[in-house]
Amino acid sequence: MDDSTSITLEAIHLLFSGDTELWAIIGVSFQVSTTAILISVPPALIIAFILAYADFPGRRLLISIFNTLLAVPAVVIGLTFYLLLSRQGILGDWRLLFTQSAMVMGQAALSFPILVAMGHAAFQAIDKRAWETARTLGANRIRAFYTVMKEARFGLLAALFSAYGRIIAEVGASMMLGGNILNYTRNIPTAIALETSKGEFSQGIALGLVLIILAFTLNTFLQYFQGKGHLSN
Amino acid sequence: MKLVKSTIKTILILLPFYIQQPVFADDGVTNNSNKIIRLATTTSTDNSGLLAYLLPTFEQTSGYRVHIIAVGTGKALRMGRDGDADVLLVHAPAAEMKFVNAGFGEKRYPVMVNDFVLVGPLSNPANIKIDSEISYALQQIADHKSIFISRGDNSGTHKKELSLWKTKNNYHKSKAYREVGQGMGKVLQMAAELDAYTLTDRGTWLAFQAKTPLKILNEGDPKLFNPYHIIAVNPERYSNINYPGAKALISWITSNDAQTLIGQFTVNNNLLFKPSANETQLTSQLVKETGGQ
Repeated sequence: MDDSTSITLEAIHLLFSGDTELWAIIGVSFQVSTTAILISVPPALIIAFILAYADFPGRRLLISIFNTLLAVPAVVIGLTFYLLLSRQGILGDWRLLFTQSAMVMGQAALSFPILVAMGHAAFQAIDKRAWETARTLGANRIRAFYTVMKEARFGLLAALFSAYGRIIAEVGASMMLGGNILNYTRNIPTAIALETSKGEFSQGIALGLVLIILAFTLNTFLQYFQGKGHLSN
Repeated sequence: MKLVKSTIKTILILLPFYIQQPVFADDGVTNNSNKIIRLATTTSTDNSGLLAYLLPTFEQTSGYRVHIIAVGTGKALRMGRDGDADVLLVHAPAAEMKFVNAGFGEKRYPVMVNDFVLVGPLSNPANIKIDSEISYALQQIADHKSIFISRGDNSGTHKKELSLWKTKNNYHKSKAYREVGQGMGKVLQMAAELDAYTLTDRGTWLAFQAKTPLKILNEGDPKLFNPYHIIAVNPERYSNINYPGAKALISWITSNDAQTLIGQFTVNNNLLFKPSANETQLTSQLVKETGGQ
């Protein structure tokens, strides 16, 4: 339709004309999601590694729990943190509801099970002897962990990108915890929801384009790494 | 195997009939799609329960079915413009007039009036008086740099709020003025969490009153009146508009029977809407007073 063409053109124009409001929204998105992923990656990797290499009672149960958490909808995570952070909640005194910190908490919680489950799968695929060899060659535990991570890098990168892709495109938890406040907690997905509800489609499309470009870049990056990493014959 | 084959055969034979069915129906007198009216309206009329109370009577007497699409006024007008709705029940006079003047809708008919109230925390840091002028009350909020939550979603309530500020000053750029772009219920929740002021329609307020620590701090200024109009989408722009249905709904909702029903509608024992179909003068006067907003 003629109308949708003009909306898309207007969207592209908005994007490249440096519309400050639009770029502020994009900035909030990246700032919040990057902080969230930086917080959740280290503990998630360690847990994934322990689940793959250590042997202890309840290990299988833990794996099942993390796999189940993958299926928890973002709004449920959002609601849980909302209840914790609300005035009446246990953490109400922190007064964090409707701040970027609340969004970071929600997104970190969302990305955590993805990083653990996919990280675990990646570590599991690596021969256990990599760890043992490194250890016999005199590497300390940290050094040996680093070696295994290097072996598992393709799987781990895939875990990282999936987790990042999930949280940067997620609307439910961000809306509930951040409150969609302009120039503060309004990120790309909540802005798209808002613009659609206002009937302003071009801003929504422009922001959608940013997400698509991001997804494409991340995937190309991943392909590049994996392309070099295929089995040699 | 034979059974599977014969089943497939039966399906293939019956398929054309199934596909053609709507075509037959279209030729007939009882065209199903013409019995459905798509009403785009604001969340305030739907959330308050007014439409659920009002429309069954219309559906029984007329034989039409009304599909309610409850969105902000901005989105409702957009739906009308795009031909995604047949008739609109909205409350943003200036935007409505623009909509009609641009030829997207036919004519505005007044339906009812309710009002907005300014609510805020019990502590009332900006010291607002219940009976002062609304613009003065808002100025006090700005002067005290108290937190104000704005709908920020182009809804009727948002447009009303913007029209009430006397001056747009630094306060609107400060962190205390927060545009959140969400529905009225959500905004009331946020205001309660953040000890903030906000402007709300009385209907949503009555529904939320019991579960919020906020209270009404200013009301009654004529500028806070909130007129609702019903508009049929222009049938000349889109051929698939259910124009007869839209007209039927309009003539019913402005009839004496429906107007009496509207006047009797209560939420928690409070009357909510004042019927206004017969008071064209009142509404047009209001529009003038509030600078077309």
